[in-house]
Amino acid sequence: MVDFRMPSLGADMEAGTLVEWLVKPGDRVKRGDIVAVVETQKGAIEVEIFENGVVEQILVDLDKKVPVGTPLAKVRTDAEAKAGMAEAAAPLPAVPPPAAPPAVILPTAAPPSPAAPAPLIVTPPGAPGRVRVSPAARRLAETRGVNLSAIKGSGPGGEVVLTDVEQSLVAVAVPTERKRTVGLDLAAMRIAIAAAMARSKREIPHYYLVHQFAMTAAEKWLARTNAKRTPDKRLLMSALTVKAVALAVRKFPIFNGFYRDGRFEPAANVHVGVAIALRGGGLVAPAIRDTTQLALDDLMARMRDLVQRARAGRIRSSEFSDPTITVSSMGERGVEVLYGVIYPPQVAILGIGQIVERPWVVRGKIAPHPVVTVTLSADHRVSDGHAGALFLAEIDRLLQEPDKL
Amino acid sequence: MSNPDIEAVVKEELGNIAPEADIGTVDPSADLREALDIDSMDFLNFVTAVHLRLGINIPEKDYPKLITLDGAIKYLKVKRR
Repeated sequence: MVDFRMPSLGADMEAGTLVEWLVKPGDRVKRGDIVAVVETQKGAIEVEIFENGVVEQILVDLDKKVPVGTPLAKVRTDAEAKAGMAEAAAPLPAVPPPAAPPAVILPTAAPPSPAAPAPLIVTPPGAPGRVRVSPAARRLAETRGVNLSAIKGSGPGGEVVLTDVEQSLVAVAVPTERKRTVGLDLAAMRIAIAAAMARSKREIPHYYLVHQFAMTAAEKWLARTNAKRTPDKRLLMSALTVKAVALAVRKFPIFNGFYRDGRFEPAANVHVGVAIALRGGGLVAPAIRDTTQLALDDLMARMRDLVQRARAGRIRSSEFSDPTITVSSMGERGVEVLYGVIYPPQVAILGIGQIVERPWVVRGKIAPHPVVTVTLSADHRVSDGHAGALFLAEIDRLLQEPDKL
Repeated sequence: MSNPDIEAVVKEELGNIAPEADIGTVDPSADLREALDIDSMDFLNFVTAVHLRLGINIPEKDYPKLITLDGAIKYLKVKRR
């Protein structure tokens, strides 16, 4: 009998929460099967087993947070069954130290001892197999305790490059506690934000454009629409602005994509990253996939879900790597103008200020109007101010016809 | 049908939105958005939960009346009558 244990996903991981069992006692498992979902600082990770056998017993209940190395289930391996020695199973060898990464990793990582029990490999969804790693990426990963096998490489042939490790440090920013208390994980999140933002300011030649326009039409449309709806079906203005940005960037693809290895790679689809402030401080900016294809109601539902999951710390790891452009909205309490710092390797971020009532001239008459200030921070290696100005004007134009969003 | 205590429901739902806060110590006349750091999404979730549990639909134009704890409880009591 072997133990299936809580895996270590990096030296900084001390515990994980079991959020889903995909097997039950009596189920057959084979090497490579995903048997459980574990929630960690890096998000929810699917955990594979590396044995053929039958699940004998589940040892840890759902939603329980346990230290790395804790047995989660007992598995009777085929070899044991054949030998008829299942009941008299040999005592298990020692648990590998928490810092020892899983077996699939690279040569520089501490090799698992030959006696390592219940070998399991851990892969984030969609990134199986052995990884190749650039020296710079490996150095950073080692100093920061990042598990390279959990990173999807973006280099040639799927090689993990420096960018990928830095990205994963941003992903570390996910809190693990369902009910966060102020102060929890804030230090780790600050380190992750610092790494990404310092890199952005070091490498990306930002330029900034500001555009101010009336939101009268959008506010009227929203009030009219919401008046007919129960609260669960109501929209927020941020759904309109995110949709407008997504539609506009489709016309200006130079702001949608990634700058990697010295060149711009436009993204085929628009996945808008939405900056979400977390209670007690810190923020994450996970993606809403295929934003342009979502009707406003669907987009709103997705945003509600995303905000809830972000604040509960249940963002999927792919949602961190997917955004092709980011929108940061001030909401109704805040300031009028916000200059975003681009999330590398993205090439643009929009700041949506608080909507404020201001004297505004429409057809020669001054009247109070709701006014928004939208800023674009963009990468000068990829685009220039002329395109940026047209992009902002397009967002303005789209928001003047909210019923068409 | 049972008659859930409005004050208890309001405090519980605010507690769900701001789990780290002690709702018992919130000044009943303070702006909840400031006191509990609530944004528009949080407020919409609060209004949605109240609608679900008490069957009281709060139109958007009445949101300003629910900005304090006292105001919210008073508003909901009047609406239920």
